[in-house]
Amino acid sequence: MDFDLSDDHRLLRQTVRDFAREQVAPVAEELDRTKSFPYELVAQMGELGWMGIPFPEEYGGAGGDSLAYALAVEELTRVDSSVAITMCAHTSLGTQPVYLFGSEVQRRELLPDLCAGRRLGAFGLTEPEAGSDAGNVRTRATLQDGEWVIDGAKQFITNAGTEISGHVAITAKTGENEISNIIVENGTPGYEQGQPYRKMGWNASDTRPLTFTDCRVPEENLLGPRGAGFKQFLHILDIGRIGVAAMGVGLAQGALDEALAYAKERRAFGKPISKFQTIQAKLADLSTEIEAARLLVYKAAREKDLGRNFTLTAAQAKLKTGRLAVRATEEAVQIHGGYGYIEEYPVCRFYRDAKILTIGEGTDEIQQMVIARALGA
Amino acid sequence: MKICVLVKEVPDAAVQKRIDPSTGRMDRNGEKNLNPYDTHAIEAAMQIREGGAVEVDEIVAVTMGPSTAIRALHKAVSLGADRSVHLSDDALAGSDVAATGYALAQTLKRESPDLVLLGQQSDDGECYTIGAVVADHLQMPSLTQVIQMDVEAGPPTQLRCERQAEYGYDTVQVELPAVISVGDAINEPRYPSLKAIMGAKKKPLDALAIGDVDIAADRVGESGSKVICGDFKAPPAKSAGEIIEDEDTNETVEKIVAWLDERKLI
Repeated sequence: MDFDLSDDHRLLRQTVRDFAREQVAPVAEELDRTKSFPYELVAQMGELGWMGIPFPEEYGGAGGDSLAYALAVEELTRVDSSVAITMCAHTSLGTQPVYLFGSEVQRRELLPDLCAGRRLGAFGLTEPEAGSDAGNVRTRATLQDGEWVIDGAKQFITNAGTEISGHVAITAKTGENEISNIIVENGTPGYEQGQPYRKMGWNASDTRPLTFTDCRVPEENLLGPRGAGFKQFLHILDIGRIGVAAMGVGLAQGALDEALAYAKERRAFGKPISKFQTIQAKLADLSTEIEAARLLVYKAAREKDLGRNFTLTAAQAKLKTGRLAVRATEEAVQIHGGYGYIEEYPVCRFYRDAKILTIGEGTDEIQQMVIARALGA
Repeated sequence: MKICVLVKEVPDAAVQKRIDPSTGRMDRNGEKNLNPYDTHAIEAAMQIREGGAVEVDEIVAVTMGPSTAIRALHKAVSLGADRSVHLSDDALAGSDVAATGYALAQTLKRESPDLVLLGQQSDDGECYTIGAVVADHLQMPSLTQVIQMDVEAGPPTQLRCERQAEYGYDTVQVELPAVISVGDAINEPRYPSLKAIMGAKKKPLDALAIGDVDIAADRVGESGSKVICGDFKAPPAKSAGEIIEDEDTNETVEKIVAWLDERKLI
């Protein structure tokens, strides 16, 4: 068993780490405070091939694998979750359905711009009455004269309302007990993006409700076969979990980085607080938990890359890392004391950014359900 | 024009450096990276190529180091070098600056570069001297701490360089071939794209031993080095300073003056 990363993976990790430290860290606080979408960073990441890591070169992707993708997501989140989720949702949720289920025409038309980061992809699954129960879709699409006529609403959708948003792949009922995925391009009459939500964290990422009112798209905007939508989105969410789990590890690591640096610098009772056992125990526990969680995430990515079933491992990784991120950021704030409650220190933002990781892309409770099911319980 | 860039694998900047008490040398375990200063040298080579003032036929990354140093070469070619040369031989282990400079110069002779670029210092040894040693062996002019470089097409091709000195800046015109070590103010290195990273291994890499480039075994390695590693120690930790609280500024000034006076600093 080999725990070493390949040279390519190692160099990618180092490069993203350098980029995050040099380009993202200096602007992260301001982007969060002003709730500004990181257009420049997305453009840079696009040029570096990071907006299309796991997609083949023939479609403009970088030709990397899931492990490379997870490493990049981890290193970005270590510094800023908003930038990371923008790249992550774009890749696993926005672009992946087009690549996996799109026709050759759809792939050729959409993927090059998506992989280059010139366009952002979004995935419209969640609805007011369809969250964990994602099959309870109310949005309807009816075929009329060679067009899908879509009516309904989606919520909590990432990347749909930016200046470079290209399309959203939505789930819609196309018949009784029939769900299909349909591509709706930005600018289509009847498709509107609502005002951005006032969120607890992920402030520099774009999250909005969407409405579809007599929105008409060509029949060929259907993704894959009609009625395959349910199966398709479950598969997309499986893949998405690897990315979000990598975010959990990255955020927990970022919290530990900050906590350790602060503990070594901050003095109390005549010595750095890192010399006190209570602080050391927190740091040691976090480091151990992070390493264990990281292995789980990499294992899920490797399983996918080897073409194996990764549903169980991805769910375990997502469950483990979301909780860990919440705990690690809380401990990091605690170690910072009062300063941890002040926005000048990154751990304050990290704490706000963490909570969504136990909710988004499948709540902890849904992961437990997936895991229990895989165990045969 | 052919540019050779000397690169080195060093402990990553995030690794805390320490002396290994058993060898008296730096402990080079842990995460490693391409010497950050060398990334500026590669970028400088790329900018000469992209600047178009002269035709750059080839950019070759050259390193001397153990087998792991191949990673530094991969990074160098992912940043734009066309191919790389890896000089690696057990006989080279423990070489000091003079021995390393000789070995690198022998390797460079095989390439006959018009320009040799390197970072002004390595992030581990921080000797600042390897460029000058290499230049001496190659009988080429050497400029150090260069932070701006403009190419003037020839013949003869010349470089107009600005170098950072203690007293200000020197502007120096130099005819090629030359060995130029660059500072980190010269440019902002690009990041290697994922495609470039994955393509790095496809670029040619020459693995050489000392016999391939006529390196005399008795002039390299620990035995061929003049530096004897004896009593290296980490510098003693600084004692905590004295903090004077500024409650009354007049009093504070008096305290500072008294402190300086006591140490005969004023």
